[in-house]
Amino acid sequence: MTIISMRHMNSGEKGTIVKVRAQGEMNRRLRDMGLVTGTEIFIQGRAPLNDPVNIKVRGNNLTLRNNEADFIEVEVDR
Amino acid sequence: MTKKITIALAGNPNAGKTSLFNHLTGARAHVGNYPGVTVQKKEGRLQHDGYEIHVVDLPGTYSLTAYSLEELVARNFILEERPDVVVDVVDAANLDRNLYLALQFMEIGVPLVIALNMMDMAESIGLKIDLEKLKTLLGVEVVPTVARQGKGLDRLLDTVVRVAEADHEWRPKNIRYGPDLDLKIREISDLLMRSRFPTDKYPARWLAVKCLEGDQEVLNLVGRDEAVGRKIKTAVEELTRHLRATLDDEPEGIIADQRYGFIASVTKQAVTSEGDFRRTISDKIDLVLLNRLLGPIILLAILYSIYNLIFWISGAPVAWFEVFFTWLGGAATSIMPEGLLQSLVVSGLIDGVGGVIGFVPLIAFMFFAIAILEDSGYLARIAFIMDRILRTFGLHGNSVLALMIGGGIAGGCAVPGVLAARTLRDPKERLATIMVTPLMNCGAKLPVYAVLIAAFFARHEGRMLFLLTLISWSLALISARILRWTVLRGEHTPFVMELPPYRLPTFRGLLIHSWERVWEYIKKAGTIILAISVIIWALMTFPALPEDVVEDFQNQRSRAEQAFLAGPGGKILPDLEALHQFNEYYQLIQAQKIKKAGEDSQAEYHSLARAALGLAQEGPLCPELKAYYAPAQGYLNYRQRLQEIGAEEAGLALRRSLGGRLGLLLEKITRPLGFDWRTNIALVGGFAAKEVVISTLGTAYSLSETEEEASKSLAEKLASQPGWNPLTAFTLILFVMVYSPCVATLVVIVREAGWSWGLFAMLYTTVLAYLLTLATAQIGGVLGLGV
Repeated sequence: MTIISMRHMNSGEKGTIVKVRAQGEMNRRLRDMGLVTGTEIFIQGRAPLNDPVNIKVRGNNLTLRNNEADFIEVEVDR
Repeated sequence: MTKKITIALAGNPNAGKTSLFNHLTGARAHVGNYPGVTVQKKEGRLQHDGYEIHVVDLPGTYSLTAYSLEELVARNFILEERPDVVVDVVDAANLDRNLYLALQFMEIGVPLVIALNMMDMAESIGLKIDLEKLKTLLGVEVVPTVARQGKGLDRLLDTVVRVAEADHEWRPKNIRYGPDLDLKIREISDLLMRSRFPTDKYPARWLAVKCLEGDQEVLNLVGRDEAVGRKIKTAVEELTRHLRATLDDEPEGIIADQRYGFIASVTKQAVTSEGDFRRTISDKIDLVLLNRLLGPIILLAILYSIYNLIFWISGAPVAWFEVFFTWLGGAATSIMPEGLLQSLVVSGLIDGVGGVIGFVPLIAFMFFAIAILEDSGYLARIAFIMDRILRTFGLHGNSVLALMIGGGIAGGCAVPGVLAARTLRDPKERLATIMVTPLMNCGAKLPVYAVLIAAFFARHEGRMLFLLTLISWSLALISARILRWTVLRGEHTPFVMELPPYRLPTFRGLLIHSWERVWEYIKKAGTIILAISVIIWALMTFPALPEDVVEDFQNQRSRAEQAFLAGPGGKILPDLEALHQFNEYYQLIQAQKIKKAGEDSQAEYHSLARAALGLAQEGPLCPELKAYYAPAQGYLNYRQRLQEIGAEEAGLALRRSLGGRLGLLLEKITRPLGFDWRTNIALVGGFAAKEVVISTLGTAYSLSETEEEASKSLAEKLASQPGWNPLTAFTLILFVMVYSPCVATLVVIVREAGWSWGLFAMLYTTVLAYLLTLATAQIGGVLGLGV
């Protein structure tokens, strides 16, 4: 088990959020959309220019930019 | 007497709130704004079981923070207006995140009914929801619905009535936020209860939680009593320090985690699911549509085919409208006596409105296409694919929505486009989007393009429109980049966005969606445009030519008549009376209303008319009319002369009118662009609304028209004018695309961003338009394109 930032996850990889390091509005926004500690995520794919990333959370699809994914630390099976 | 209930409809975006609202109120919605802000407010009424239910549609939100205008509006409506019941539309297939909002309503304590929507969708992805358990665990009413099909609405309304009748006590739900936070929450709420703060209006515990979340609006509210505000501030800071030290987190982060924790404990008991990351049908579609290679290609292909399809479908109805208004103009001319009133009706009213209404089918199909993109869920995918590129220009993936509605796929409207920029949270990204949205090809510019394209680029309709779309996108993006480097410098805001599952749009939904927008356009056309058509007509009619000038033209006409009577025609038509009689007869023959000679006295007229017609059409000569050809030629020369005099008089009148003088004045500036005074008047009219450009051009040319031209459409008229060539047309298209947003858009910009931004939008676009068209006209001229 390793902890990496969401940016570095591969397409098709699964993981569990261990920490959201954002502050203020970014923090609020990420959590409003369900990205909180303990949530399982799945990397569904990426946009043509590798950014933003499309993830599956609680059965639904969210997109976020790589520099936003940087705030999220994920435990993955590597 | 019927009893009245007010309900507020809330829910996440994409949860089906709009469908539910449409089904409940039958789309007979009253659309307005929330007081003081420009967030749209939809209201409707319905009767149920002896109750009159007033439904207020709150903006779709994920949360109830102070970060966005929509969320503030929603929560202030609840707190200030205290509706009897809040109906929270919850997407059953997305329960955790949707309950996050529901939980916040429960914390406020307002009577709540959850409409558990899209039950069919939830079942299809393998979710089983135990409704009774959900109800018990949450402690609120839960009613399953499928809003798109209108299922479950009766039960929903029964429940709403029952909850509204029960009592009006607000019972805020207490969520446990852990020992540290709970202690502080109690401390702050006790403080508030003891102060003179109206805690009957704002639940004390909710306020305390908001203070810990660092909610600026609430902090300002409780800070009105300075002593209380200071104490609260100290308490919050204390806790924040403590939590950072012990848990490495902010209070608001922990509050969110705890809410999700509570929700998870509920859904764990009430929902069973088969597999976590199952690929849904929607995911399978995304494999293709969001494919990194195919995705962008498909995106372009979809946009391109939308243009072509829309032009193809709307071709026939557009032609019908054109025929109808031409007929109406002709009918009015023949019924009404010649004079000022006829001129007003034909040149002002019918031409003006016809030019605008004639394009309603085009715009209707365009809106319909946008509605399909929106309702199917593809628009969010466009934002996803486009974000990386838009960010390069300092915009946001969601800017694409504003740009698209503003006319990104030719045919939107900058007014809703500018309003759609509200989905952007960052004020600078939002301003940049608002500033460049009017550069897109809105539906009002389309008629201008369509006429000019039909006249000068008839065989390249689709390609020209595609080219114009590329130009407007490039201009918008480059302008945005420059704005974001200069007057609007600043960081990016979160992009985090939902990709809703694909849904087949319902026909009813599409119709309501596009009808609302078309109706807005028609209303605009019917009121502002009509008024402006009349003003422009007046501008171009007054002041009338002085009497001596009119007399001079009259004398010229008399001389032409005398010249005819002195020629060979004088033998058949001996005097003026006969000539005037023949003029009427000739017109009837021309209009093919007389096929055969009538009475004996008319036999000569008939032969002369046939001879003249034959000569005019350059057809084969008939031997039996031989004697009539010389007089016929004289008659044609006389008519030709009359037309020249008429055109000269009309031209002079227009030139001397107020509008003409203004246009002439501007000619000094616009000559390098290749625009004459008539184009200038049209462009001035276009400030009021861009579609007026075309109706003014129409009025300008029909006022100086000769009878041969009366039946030609404006497109043909322009193509046959000297000084008009493809380069002029293209330059004018560019100018119309870029120069100042119309008055309606400016009004909205001023309301959204303030006077200075409205003024800025007007000036920078006009300067940009001038420089751009100047370059085009000059370079095009050097390349020899202006022929």
